[in-house]
Amino acid sequence: MAFLELKNVSKGFGANGSRAEVLRDINLQIEKGEFVAIVGFSGAGKTTLISLIAGLLKADSGNLTLNDLEITAPGPDRGIVFQNYSLLPWLSVFENIFLAVEAVNPNWSPQKKKEHVEKYIAIVNLTPARDKKPGELSGGMRQRVSVARALAMNPQILLLDEPLSALDALTRATLQDEISRIWSEDKKTVVMITNDPDEGILLADRIIPLSAGPGATLGHAIQIDIPRPRDRKAINHEPRFKEIRREIIEYLLNSKGEHHATLTKKLILPDIEPEDLSLPRHALGGRTKPIRRREVKEIEVSA
Amino acid sequence: MKSFKLDWLVLPLIGAGIVLLLWQISSATWAKELPSPLKTWETSKPYIVEPFAKRGEMDQGILRFTWYSLILVAKGYALALLIGTPLGFFLGLSKTFTKIFDPIIQVLRPVSPLAWLPLGLVLFMGAGKNASELGALFTIAICAMWPTVLNTAVGVRAIPQDYLNVAKVLKLSRTKTLFKVLIPAALPYMFTGFRLSLGIAWLVIVAAEMLTGRPGVGGFLWQEYNSLIYEHIILCIITIGVVGFVLDRLMSLAESKFKTA
Ligand SMILES: Nc1ncnc2c1ncn2[C@@H]1O[C@H](COP(=O)(O)OP(=O)(O)OP(=O)(O)O)[C@@H](O)[C@H]1O
Ligand SMILES: [Mg+2]
Repeated sequence: MAFLELKNVSKGFGANGSRAEVLRDINLQIEKGEFVAIVGFSGAGKTTLISLIAGLLKADSGNLTLNDLEITAPGPDRGIVFQNYSLLPWLSVFENIFLAVEAVNPNWSPQKKKEHVEKYIAIVNLTPARDKKPGELSGGMRQRVSVARALAMNPQILLLDEPLSALDALTRATLQDEISRIWSEDKKTVVMITNDPDEGILLADRIIPLSAGPGATLGHAIQIDIPRPRDRKAINHEPRFKEIRREIIEYLLNSKGEHHATLTKKLILPDIEPEDLSLPRHALGGRTKPIRRREVKEIEVSA
Repeated sequence: MKSFKLDWLVLPLIGAGIVLLLWQISSATWAKELPSPLKTWETSKPYIVEPFAKRGEMDQGILRFTWYSLILVAKGYALALLIGTPLGFFLGLSKTFTKIFDPIIQVLRPVSPLAWLPLGLVLFMGAGKNASELGALFTIAICAMWPTVLNTAVGVRAIPQDYLNVAKVLKLSRTKTLFKVLIPAALPYMFTGFRLSLGIAWLVIVAAEMLTGRPGVGGFLWQEYNSLIYEHIILCIITIGVVGFVLDRLMSLAESKFKTA
C-alpha cells in the first residue's frame, strides 16, 4: 500500500439544496519519500484537497489513509504550510515556531528547543526579524515564517499550500532550493500545491494537474524524469521540461474549455425579470420584490 | 499645534462654561432650592481642600469617601470578572450552553441594581454586620458582569478558523489551546467587556451605598440630602462623574495595549 492514499474522495460545501461539489473522484497514491506537485486553477479546490489530507476537513465519500491508518483528525505528523500563513498575530516569529516545536517535542530540553527554532529561523533568513510580530512583517516574510514552522515540526509528510506564492523570484528560488534540500536530505514525503507549473517541474518527482472546478478531479500524473540535481537555469532549455510543461498546461486549459463548452451551449440570463411599469404600484408597499427568473416556473425566451 | 490645544482644552471648557451658566440661571430663577455654583464651592470647600480628613463616620474628605467606594467597586468588579469571563467562554464555545443559558441571561440583564440590592441584603441577612457589604458586592457583581459575559462570548465566537486550525494541527492540549490561542485571540473583545463592566460597577456602587448607608460617595450624597445640605449633592455628583471618567480612560488605555493585529 502506498504511504498516502486517497480513494474516490469527493467533497462539497453547503447544505443539500445549494450543495456545490468542489472535488470529485480524487484518487491519489504517494509513496514514502516522494515529492508530488499538484497544479490547478485558482478556486479549483487545491486548498480543499490539502485540508482533507491534513484532516481539517472530512471527505463526503471515499477513503484517505496515511501509513495504512485512516485520516480522521489533524496531527503534527502532517506539517502544513497554510496558504494564508495562519500565524498567531500575538506571538513573535520565534514564539510562533517555538509553539510548534514545543508541541511536537515536549521532552526536549529548553535549550535544545530554542536552538532548533533558531536554526529554522536562520534557514528562512529571518534572524533579524526573530522578535517581530507577524503584523510587522511583509507578506513574503510571513510566508517564510510559516514554512519554517512546518519544517521545524519535522513531520512525516509536508503539505505545502502554495508556500512560495507571495515571494519575489529571488527569495522564491532560495526557498525552492531549501525545500529541495530538506526533501533530499531527510527523504520526507512532500505534497506541494502550486500555481506555477515550472516550480512543480523543478522540484517534484511527479506533477499532477487538478482540473478546473466545479467538481474538479486529478488528471493523470506526469513522471518528471529529469535527472537531479536540476539546475533552474539549464532546465528551461531542456526539451523534456518543455514537453511536460506543455502537457500540463494543455490539460488544464482543456479542463477549463470543457466547462466553457457546456456553459456556452445554454443562453444565460440574469436572475431577474423585467418589471412591468404599466401596472399600478402598491402605494404603501414600498419596494416591490424583484421577480427572480428561477422562481418563475415556465418561461419562453424568444431569440 | 494651536488648533490641537483648541480642540482638547478650549472647546471642552466652553461646554463646561455653558453648563455652569445654565446652572447659575436655574438656581437664580425657577429652582430656588438649587444652590448656585459659588455657594456650592464655598460649602464644599472643606471637603475638597482636606480631601482625606476624617471628622466622623459620615463626615469625611471627599477623596476618602471616594476611596471607600473604589475599594468596594474593586471587590465587586473582580467578582464580576471572575464569574463573567468563564461564563462568556462557555457561551462562546458551546452552542448547547448558549441555548440553555442565553434566554435567562437576556432576562436577568436588564434588571436594575435597585431591584437586586434588596435581594442581596436578604441573601446575606445571616452575615450580621457584613450583610450590607456582601449585599452590595452581590449587586455590583451581578449587574456589572453582563458586558463581560456577552463580549467574551462574541470574542470567542469571532476567533478565526485559521487560529483554531493551528491548534488542531499542533494537537495542543486544552489548557494550551486556551492560553495560547483562545484567550489571546478573544482578548480585544474581552477588554471592551471589561471596560463597560467597570462603568456599570461604578454606577451601581452609588445606588448600593445610598440604600445601605455605607460610608462612600453615594452614602454621603444620600445623607446630605436627608440633612438638607444640597451643595454636597452636587459635589458628590461631580466627584462620581470625574472618577467614572478617569476609570474609563484608564481602561481604554489598557484596552489599546492589548489590541492584537
Ligand atoms: N468553507 C467553505 N465553504 C463553502 N465553500 C468553500 C469553502 N471552502 C472552499 N469553498 C469553495 O470551494 C472551492 C475551492 O476552494 P479552494 O480554496 O480549495 O480553492 P483553491 O484551489 O485553493 O484556490 P486558490 O488557488 O485561489 O487558493 C471554491 O469555489 C470555494 O468557493
Ligand atoms: Mg487555495
